[in-house]
Amino acid sequence: MEAYFDNSATTKVFDSVRDIVVKTMTEDYANPSAKHSKGVEAENYIKEARSVIARSLRVQEKEIVFTSGGSESNNMALIGGAMANRRAGNHIISSNIEHPSVYNPLGYLEEQGYEVTYLPVDRQGHIDLSELEAAVRPDTVLVSVMYVNNEVGTVEPVEEISKIVKRKNPAALFHVDAIQAYGKYEIRPKRQGIDLLSVSAHKLHGPKGVGFLYIDEKVKIKPLIYGGGQQRNLRSGTENVPGIAGMGEAVREMFTDHQKKIDGLYELKEYAESRLRKLEGVTLNNPPGREGAPQIVSASFEGVRSEVLLHALEEKGIYVSSGSACSSHHPGLSGTLKGVGVRPDLLDCTLRFSFGLFNTKEEVDYAAETLKQLLPLLRRFRRR
Amino acid sequence: MLYQSFLIKYAEIGTKGKNRFLFEDALISRICHALKQVDGKFDVSKESGRIYVTACGEYDYEDTVEALKKVFGIAWICPMFQTEDRDYDRLKQYVCCYLNQVYPDRNRTFKVEARRADKRYPVPSEQMNRDLGEVILDTFPQMRVDVHHPDVLLRVEVRAAVVNLYSEMIPGPGGMPVGTNGKAMLLLSGGIDSPVAGYMVAKRGVRIDAVYFHAPPYTSERARQKVVDLAKLVSRYSGPIDLHVVNFTEIQMHIYEICPHEELTIIMRRYMMRIAQRIAEETGSMALITGESIGQVASQTVQSLAVTNEVCTMPVFRPVIAFDKQEIVDISERIGTYETSILPYEDCCTIFVAKHPVTKPSLKVIRRSEEKLAGTIEKMVETAIAGREVIRCG
Repeated sequence: MEAYFDNSATTKVFDSVRDIVVKTMTEDYANPSAKHSKGVEAENYIKEARSVIARSLRVQEKEIVFTSGGSESNNMALIGGAMANRRAGNHIISSNIEHPSVYNPLGYLEEQGYEVTYLPVDRQGHIDLSELEAAVRPDTVLVSVMYVNNEVGTVEPVEEISKIVKRKNPAALFHVDAIQAYGKYEIRPKRQGIDLLSVSAHKLHGPKGVGFLYIDEKVKIKPLIYGGGQQRNLRSGTENVPGIAGMGEAVREMFTDHQKKIDGLYELKEYAESRLRKLEGVTLNNPPGREGAPQIVSASFEGVRSEVLLHALEEKGIYVSSGSACSSHHPGLSGTLKGVGVRPDLLDCTLRFSFGLFNTKEEVDYAAETLKQLLPLLRRFRRR
Repeated sequence: MLYQSFLIKYAEIGTKGKNRFLFEDALISRICHALKQVDGKFDVSKESGRIYVTACGEYDYEDTVEALKKVFGIAWICPMFQTEDRDYDRLKQYVCCYLNQVYPDRNRTFKVEARRADKRYPVPSEQMNRDLGEVILDTFPQMRVDVHHPDVLLRVEVRAAVVNLYSEMIPGPGGMPVGTNGKAMLLLSGGIDSPVAGYMVAKRGVRIDAVYFHAPPYTSERARQKVVDLAKLVSRYSGPIDLHVVNFTEIQMHIYEICPHEELTIIMRRYMMRIAQRIAEETGSMALITGESIGQVASQTVQSLAVTNEVCTMPVFRPVIAFDKQEIVDISERIGTYETSILPYEDCCTIFVAKHPVTKPSLKVIRRSEEKLAGTIEKMVETAIAGREVIRCG
C-alpha cells in the first residue's frame, strides 16, 4: 500500500488538470499574445482561469496576476509592494513563523534599508494582536502574515489583523501568504481587508511552477520582471498557458462541492489525530480538528529521530515530511515548532502528515498500524 | 581548427622494459574509451614509441582535451598542426602561419627544435633550426631568440608521411593507464576522503570497484544516490566502477544490541572490512582501498587502524593516510568530487555513534566482544553479501 501524506509539500494533480495541461501543450499551444486565431484560443484559457480564480475570491479579474508560484508571489508582494511605496515609509511587520519565501525577501529588504519587525506567536501559533497593535507605526508600509502555517496548520486571524493595522495606519498594505490556505478556506480579500494575497497551484492538485498574486486594484506594485509587458506590465513573460489553465481547472474542481471536500479533509484529520493519540509517546502539535487547517497534523514521536522515522515509513510506502519540505534542504530545527513551544527534546522528533483529496481512511489506518510496529523497534535503538 | 591531432607523451610507462608494449596498448585502449564520450571520430595510433591521437573530420577540441586530461598515464597532451606536405619552402610558411595563429601577441622569445625522424629528409635538424629561426625573425620582428628559456619552444617533427608542428603542452594527470595493475575494492562512503583515495589508487593503473554500506532507515535514499554520483565522478578517471551496495542495518543493530557501545564503531568497521574483502575475493579484486587518514576520527587512530586492519588478509591501500584534511580537500576539488561530497544529506547513523568512542581499542577486548556475536552474525553477513545490489557506474 502507498500512502502519500505530504500534500502540503505538493499534491498529485486532478485528472482533469492533467488533461487540460496536455491539451494546451499539444493542441492549443500558441502564444496567447499572437495576433492569429490560434493565439486567441490560447488566450481564452487564461481568461477562463482568471475568471474562475477571481470568482473564487469574489474579486475582479484584473486583480489577478499569474506568477511562477508561491515564492514569486511572495517576492512580488513584499519587494514590489515595499518598493512602490518607498516614500510612505520603510517599516515592515511580519511574524517569526513565516515561510522562507517571505523571510528571505524580507532579509533582502532589510539589506536595502528597510526595518522589519518580526512578531512572536503564542503557544497555538497565533500572532499576538496587542504586540501587533504596538508595532504598527506611521511609517509602516507593509504587514505580511501567513494565513495557515505550513508546519502546524495554525490559522491566523487575518481579518482582525487587518482591522488593527488599518485602524492605526490606513495606508499600510496588508499581504497574506495564503499558500496553505487557498482552496481550504473561503477567502474574501475585500471583506477581510487583504490587499495582496499569494497562492500556489500545486498545493491544491494543480501543476507546479504556477501561482498567482491577488493585487487589490487600489494597490501599487513595482514589477520584479521586466520584458514584453504582458499582464498589464506587472509580470512580463509569455504566460505559462498550460500551468495557468491547469491552475484554473484545479480551482474550479476544488471549489465544486467545496464544503463536502473540506469536511472530508477534517474527517480524515480528526481520524488521524485519534489514531495517533492512541500510540505511546506521541504529542500532537497542531491545533486539534476544526481549530486548525483541515490538512495538517504535526506529531512528535518521543525518542525517535524524525529523519529515521521518515525513512522507515518511506520503506513501507508512507511519505511524510520532517519540518517543511521546502526548507528540509537546510538542516536545522524548525523556527515554527520552537515558536509554538514544542519541547526542545521533541523538535528533532517531529513529522508532518498533510492530507489531500486523494487520501483515504484506509491509508490512515495503514500508517497508524505501521507506526505501531515501527515505534517500539526504533526506540530500542536510540543514542546512548 | 588549426589542430587536427595530438601527440600524447607519457612518462613512467616509458621505463617498463619488455612489458612496455602492454602499458602502451593499455594507454591506447584507455584513450579510445575516454574519447568515446567526445563528439568526433578519432584515430589513436602508436608509432616509434609515441602515441598520436588524430581527429578524422570535425571534432570538439575543448571536450577532447578535457577527456584526455582524465586519462591516467598521460604526462603531456600536445596539440599539433599536421601536414602531409613535406616541401621545405612551404614548411617555412607553415611555421609562420602557425605562430601567427597561436601567438597573436608577438612579444615573446622562442626557440625552434627540429627533429628529423625520417633521416631521408634532405635538410638536417640543425640546418632546419637555423633556417626556420631566421624566417621567424624576419616575419615577426618583435620576437627574440632565447635558446635557454624560450617562451615558445616550437618543435618541428619531420616524419615519413607527415610534418608536425607543436609548441603547446597541456599537462595530463600522470600515473599509469588503468588496467595495468590489477583491481582493488574501494570502501566508498559519502565523504570527502574515499573518492580521493579511489582516484589516487586508480591513478597507479588499478581498476577499481566499490562497496557502500547502506543502513536504511538510518541512511536515506539521497545519501545512497550521492554515493552513486560520487562513484560516477571517480569513474570519469578510473573507467567503469561496479558499486556494491550492501544493506548493513541488521548487522549494525545486532552489534548495537550485543556489544559495548563505545566499541560499536570499531566492530562495525571490522565487519565492513570483512564484507568488503569477501566481495573483493568473489569479484577479482586483490586489495582494499580506504580513505582513512591517521587521527582524523576515533576510528582512525593508529590503534584503531591496527584493530580494523587485523581482520584483513588482503593488502589495504590507504593512499591519504598521512594527508591533512585540507590536502585531501584540495585533491577532491581538483578532481571534482568535493561539491558532491559535502552535500548535507542527513546520516542518521550518528545515532549509533557513542559520545565517547574508544580511541585506543585493544584487540583482545574487541575480540572478546565479537565472540558474543558468534553464531548469529555469520548468517547476517551472508544475507547482506548475497542480497547486495550491484550498480555499474560510468
